[in-house]
Amino acid sequence: MPELLLELFSEEIPARMQARAADDLGRLLAEALGEAGIAFEELRVFSTPRRLTVVIDGLPARQPERTIERKGPRVGAPETALQGFLHAAGLKNIDQCETREDNKGAYYLAVIKAKGAPTGEVIGKIVPEIVNGFPWPKSMRWGAGALRWVRPLHAIACVFDGSVVEFEVGGLNSGNVTCGHRFMSPDAIEISGFAGYEKALADAHVVLDAQRRREIILADANRLAGEQGLELVADEGLLGEVAGLVEWPVVLLGRFDEAFLEVPPEVLITAMKSHQKCFSLRDPKTDRLAGGFITVANLAAGDGGKAIIAGNERVIAARLSDARFFWEQDLKTRLEDRLAALDKIVFHEKLGTQGERVERLRELAREIAPMVGADPDQAEHAARLCKADLVSAMVGEFPDLQGLMGRYYATAQGEDDLIARAIEEHYRPQGPSDAVPGAAVSVVVALADKLDTLAGFWAIDEKPTGSRDPYALRRAALGVIRLVLDKGLRLPLRALFSCALQLYRNQRGAEFGEERGGDLLGFFADRLKVHLRAEGTRHDLIDAVFGGGQADDLLMLLRRVETLDAFLKTPDGADLMAGLKRAENILRIEEKNDGPGAFGAAPDVGLLLKPAERRLHAAVRAVRGDVRRALEKEDFTAAMSALAKLREPVDQFFDTITVNADDAVFRANRLRLLAQIRAETRTIADFSRIEG
Amino acid sequence: MAQQRGIEGPAKLAPKRSFQDLVLALQHYWSARGCVLLQPYDMEVGAGTFHPATTLRSLGPRPWNAAYVQPSRRPSDGRYGENPNRLQHYYQFQVILKPSPDDIQELYLESLYAIGIDPLVHDIRFVEDDWESPTLGAWGLGWEVWCDGMEVSQFTYFQQVCGIDCAPVSGELTYGLERLAMYVQGVDNVYDLNFNGAAGESLVSYGDVFLQGEQEYSRYNFEHADTEALFRHFADAEAECTALLQAGDQGADRPHLMVLPAYDQCIKASHLFNLLDARGVISVTERQAYILRVRTLSRACGDAFLRTRAGGFGDA
Repeated sequence: MPELLLELFSEEIPARMQARAADDLGRLLAEALGEAGIAFEELRVFSTPRRLTVVIDGLPARQPERTIERKGPRVGAPETALQGFLHAAGLKNIDQCETREDNKGAYYLAVIKAKGAPTGEVIGKIVPEIVNGFPWPKSMRWGAGALRWVRPLHAIACVFDGSVVEFEVGGLNSGNVTCGHRFMSPDAIEISGFAGYEKALADAHVVLDAQRRREIILADANRLAGEQGLELVADEGLLGEVAGLVEWPVVLLGRFDEAFLEVPPEVLITAMKSHQKCFSLRDPKTDRLAGGFITVANLAAGDGGKAIIAGNERVIAARLSDARFFWEQDLKTRLEDRLAALDKIVFHEKLGTQGERVERLRELAREIAPMVGADPDQAEHAARLCKADLVSAMVGEFPDLQGLMGRYYATAQGEDDLIARAIEEHYRPQGPSDAVPGAAVSVVVALADKLDTLAGFWAIDEKPTGSRDPYALRRAALGVIRLVLDKGLRLPLRALFSCALQLYRNQRGAEFGEERGGDLLGFFADRLKVHLRAEGTRHDLIDAVFGGGQADDLLMLLRRVETLDAFLKTPDGADLMAGLKRAENILRIEEKNDGPGAFGAAPDVGLLLKPAERRLHAAVRAVRGDVRRALEKEDFTAAMSALAKLREPVDQFFDTITVNADDAVFRANRLRLLAQIRAETRTIADFSRIEG
Repeated sequence: MAQQRGIEGPAKLAPKRSFQDLVLALQHYWSARGCVLLQPYDMEVGAGTFHPATTLRSLGPRPWNAAYVQPSRRPSDGRYGENPNRLQHYYQFQVILKPSPDDIQELYLESLYAIGIDPLVHDIRFVEDDWESPTLGAWGLGWEVWCDGMEVSQFTYFQQVCGIDCAPVSGELTYGLERLAMYVQGVDNVYDLNFNGAAGESLVSYGDVFLQGEQEYSRYNFEHADTEALFRHFADAEAECTALLQAGDQGADRPHLMVLPAYDQCIKASHLFNLLDARGVISVTERQAYILRVRTLSRACGDAFLRTRAGGFGDA
């Protein structure tokens, strides 16, 4: 069956956009073909720095015949309306229409059998629309034209079943011609089908498939490194990027002076990667970085790559000497001597400088330290130094190295290892999969950093909305949650936020009032829910325990959820829950009739006549004391066991008593009894929110 | 005359041996491709883009092709002559092609060939790098061009300048001449560049020409520039720019009479801001405000330029 080959040939597409663009092109084509009723067998997409290619196999020669229904005017509508409709539908006589009924009466319906157009013709309409509306993250105009593309678009090859699909878009006429490698094979290539196209490109020094380019780069890099007794420092992100920078990957190995190896390896790796897109090499014998690098050229050069290697070696040497210069310069200044410079760096316009921030972190760390079992002096000292590397030359050049450089510089100036680690680790965890720091001092500073951020941005009303979270506040909250749960910390969040706000208030005045922390605890409750859900905890149990309340103590909330989960799995728990839910349901219905709070008063003991209701009443009173004592001791298991004693009385009550008695007085009194049970159980969980 | 005295024609230029021949080779190349060959603008600017031949001429409908060398001053990049490749004063070679021709990449690559960079031996790459000038209210998409891993040029399709959409779009090529020369001469320290192509005693190096200036201007930029005076000059330039734009304004339907003098004051304000920034007397929050003030001037100049002949005013 016929095949479609489409290639959009342009100037160099940014590496990071290529794969997504090829996928978008394939998806948009598939959608448009689907809307036109055209099925196909297989669609594949490819990208290189200069081209996006789609090949679709198994297309029909013609679009199948389709039945199109078009709704017309009401029966009895004026003649002009009918004529207009017939004209638009391509019909002559209203008798050719069917009539249908809807709730407003009868109307005409034209049922048109549309003959299928040749598939090529349909494609010729689809592609220009896709090109005109292509979803590039950033696009541009060029020359005097109006078309937008990521960079100037030069040619569109569109071949269906061996012939050109003719169309025009943005002044470009479709054709069947492409070009090979920019330098090595710049001549035109005529295209008739995918197999020939892929082969001709390969002959013209273009590897069409990005995955294949990755494989070539990886294999050649490993081989070259191996020949020197070295191994590649793997980097998937860099590999993908480099595969998007070349059509004809040629892997080369260069050298640099081993004297540079005195600089920390992360610095060397980052310098080679971020500026030069080069891979680092490691010596497997020592497991240390080696004085070499891998670069990927887009050219099989006439001299075997000598000039390219020499050029890259010079640039790498210059980059590494910059890095070494920064390293040596930075080592001359102690971290505490950098603190003054932090006063000049604005953290946020409304939240003051990094210097002010460090002052707050120190006090907050002191506050938190006892809760985590850390030494307050150590915690404060770590907090004091934790941002100092932001004004080092190295972090100025490579912002990704923040924290890590702080650790190196702290170690170099003889700080305790705990302090050095805390400086590095206080940014963690950065997301759901990032490791949580281990040592208590690190945990304290990590918490202080996040709580200060959250309190500050909350106070100036920069809260996350929808998909917008420019200050990564959700991540900060998740970080706190993970630290708390992972370390089993009892952290009174309400008190800590109030302390954080007080620190802002001391520096910046009254607008950081207590009330500005507002719904921050609610935000935490939401984040905790999201986190627990992701961990597989039943969301209804979370809702039941949260019950609209606030997450002041995350650890206790989690314990309650866990205990509730365990309790519900026992026969007592499942049974009691059924009874409690029944009580909740009855109350909900009757409160609708009598109004909320109608049964809030304590039941009148004198009106409890039947044994089952007297027994239940007695049980509730007995259980109440037990539950409260257990909760005071935060012994949720004991609280649950106490609740379990309600199971039998509740069952008996519902078996033998009609709540909605004919006598209104008895009815109200029984409902009060149920309301009392509800109130007692809610101190543990809102059972009405539990499913099943 | 030239023949009589045996002065070599362009074909004999030696861009791989001499800084000035590199410049001459580029000038010759772009001149032969129809560019107006201009001389540097006689004001202190941070980049060749500030030259009115680029900023203002990239606005409006009229075609415009020009090439020129522009000394560029970046006060905060000064290193007292001690860094092998950082300078507070350096040269850019600037080409502006409006509208950007379809073969602009090929034209650029041939210019590299003309200065001795053979793309079948060297690895030339177009690496994503979008350009933005907050003070000029300008941005564009393009690349930095790499030669064997070294950035040798900036390549930009202007989308907006002075806050105004560019139609047609100009292609801007900026060659960092010192870097390029270091590369083709195979030199690791900018001050070691051979400037005049001579050998032995008559050799003049880049350091012979510029080292003293780098040292003196670094002292000036970082230590001695009178910041109070600079603040005053900034305010003066800003006021004068606005006043000139007002004085030249005859209403929206009549041509503007004084854009270029006003734009000079805008350039001046921009450079004064750079000097103040290098002196470290502008805080981060103030920084934004100053950038915005310069942008306001450049936008007003751009709007006014569209009401001049060169800006296409009165064109059918």
